[in-house]
Amino acid sequence: MVSVRRIRADLTVFGRGYVRARIGLFFSLIFPIILILLFGAIFSNAGSSTVPIYIQNNDNNSPASLGFITALNSTNAMAITIVSPDVNFSQYLASHSGTTGIVIPSGFQADISAKPPVPVSVTIYGNPTSSVFGAVVGVTNAVVSGFNLKIANASAIVGTQQVSVASKTYKYIDYLVPGLIGFSVLTSPMFALVNISSQYKRDKIFKQLSLTPLTKTEWLISKITWYVVLTFVSFFLMTGAGTLFFGAHITYTVGVIPFLFLGPFLFVSLGMLVGTVSKSVESAAVVGNLITFPMMFLSGTFFPVSSMPDYLQTLAHVLPLFYVIDGLNNVMLYGNYSSALTDIGVLIVLSVVVFGLAVRFFKWRED
Amino acid sequence: MSNIEVSSLQKAYGSLRAVDGISFSVRDGEVFSLLGPNGAGKTTTIEILEGLRERDAGEVRVLGLDPWKQGYELHKKIGVIPQGFKFVDYATPKEAINYYAALFGVKADADAILKRVILEDSADVYFSKLSGGQKQKVGLALSLVNDPQLVFLDEPTTGLDPQARRAVWEVIRTLKSEDRSVLLTTHYLDEAEELADGVAIMNHGKIIASGTPAEIIAQHGSGKQGESLEDVFVKLVGEDAVTADQSAAAKGPGRR
Repeated sequence: MVSVRRIRADLTVFGRGYVRARIGLFFSLIFPIILILLFGAIFSNAGSSTVPIYIQNNDNNSPASLGFITALNSTNAMAITIVSPDVNFSQYLASHSGTTGIVIPSGFQADISAKPPVPVSVTIYGNPTSSVFGAVVGVTNAVVSGFNLKIANASAIVGTQQVSVASKTYKYIDYLVPGLIGFSVLTSPMFALVNISSQYKRDKIFKQLSLTPLTKTEWLISKITWYVVLTFVSFFLMTGAGTLFFGAHITYTVGVIPFLFLGPFLFVSLGMLVGTVSKSVESAAVVGNLITFPMMFLSGTFFPVSSMPDYLQTLAHVLPLFYVIDGLNNVMLYGNYSSALTDIGVLIVLSVVVFGLAVRFFKWRED
Repeated sequence: MSNIEVSSLQKAYGSLRAVDGISFSVRDGEVFSLLGPNGAGKTTTIEILEGLRERDAGEVRVLGLDPWKQGYELHKKIGVIPQGFKFVDYATPKEAINYYAALFGVKADADAILKRVILEDSADVYFSKLSGGQKQKVGLALSLVNDPQLVFLDEPTTGLDPQARRAVWEVIRTLKSEDRSVLLTTHYLDEAEELADGVAIMNHGKIIASGTPAEIIAQHGSGKQGESLEDVFVKLVGEDAVTADQSAAAKGPGRR
């Protein structure tokens, strides 16, 4: 029934046109890499989660004050910038867009080494409502406690021990790469098919094709095949860029194959469905955007779904793209294949249903 | 034997009776022309015969097949150039012909077909870069790929320059000489007079005159010497319709 010869003929014409038009190639292959570079650069520090902090040492670089700064620095929680004692600290913070800072008072060493020691305070500047401030206060208090214990010649009774939950630590880029692969799997077929299907309908190209032995199923399979190929190429370009420029941890596994196949299958069909049930090219574009944009932002593309509020997380679970990105994260990051199987199952059901609906509503000819 | 048999064909869009009980037949090797002002029902009729639209009532046989129910078989045997033909922007005429040949599963000599429609000079130019007339000729070329017994040409010369028009006429004459039938709709009455063996003039969904061009002139004309089909057409459908029709034709293809 379905003829490989006809699918190949259609794929040749479509693929050649796609490459010649260039714009599609830009959006499907180049644009995602630009996004990786852009977001990778913006958030390249986010993984280490250090807090930028300004410190003004008014104690003439005394050994005790330097020791205090070294102790703060060794927590690895802060990125410290030293401010000259000669400037007005509040003004300095404001003019450098700084939000948090610590001032070590003059006489710091003299006071703590006096017998008996004289109480002395370091001052923490910041906005008490910001979460960064809380972290700075916490870290500083811990360092202060350490100093107090040392001065009292005491040692800590209760300590803490750290156990890392994940086998390795993930950086933002590690989530970003699968997320943006999902982004590309969604947007390039969706926008293209919504456009093509409404345009071909307007220009009566479908009508023209209906007068040949090509069937609408064959036509759609040809488009799916093209976008599956593009998605695989794009996958290697994007993971390559992520690894090369930001040292992303990418696991290349056969586990990604179902997602790189089912994703385009689903979104080519969905784009076709939207384009075909819309009355005009313009309304198709509007409906296409209404479906694409929320999915683009709420499915874990730019930030992990787990960082969103509960109700948005619930919403994410009804968005098809979520299962592509969740699945890619499961196989590429966590090696969690049983969860990935659930994602594959959901995607198979969705793809078959949407493909069926697209073929059903897609009209070659009119009645 | 008749290639096309139509009897009491009806099609309505809501309350508009686009085709209102028409009957006609087209013989083997005949060039048959449907004439009429815009909205007369020509395109609806031709699309029903091509199997692109479902009829409401009446009998239709094209090459012995029911076009709607047996469209898939029928399409292998007919060639069609729809009104205002368009194709994929970034494909050349030659690639378009090879594409159609692959779809139909036939061997086609792309160069020979392009030569036939006088498009060989633009064989490798993208469709989007072709002129309106050249685009029409691509449509004509594609309608010939599957070696059809019957060719439907819906306003094939609208928007063409005189030279290109003559080229299309030549193709139609060749098709006829090869004993293929042609169903032609056109705005140009001289074209119908020049090419058609049989003519049917439609208005408001009905056939108001039919026969050979000479018969129609004899039957419906005023009897004056040298009267053309156009004179009779104007008399039959009224001055207004023709004026409106020709201004629409001047705007080129792509309208309904």
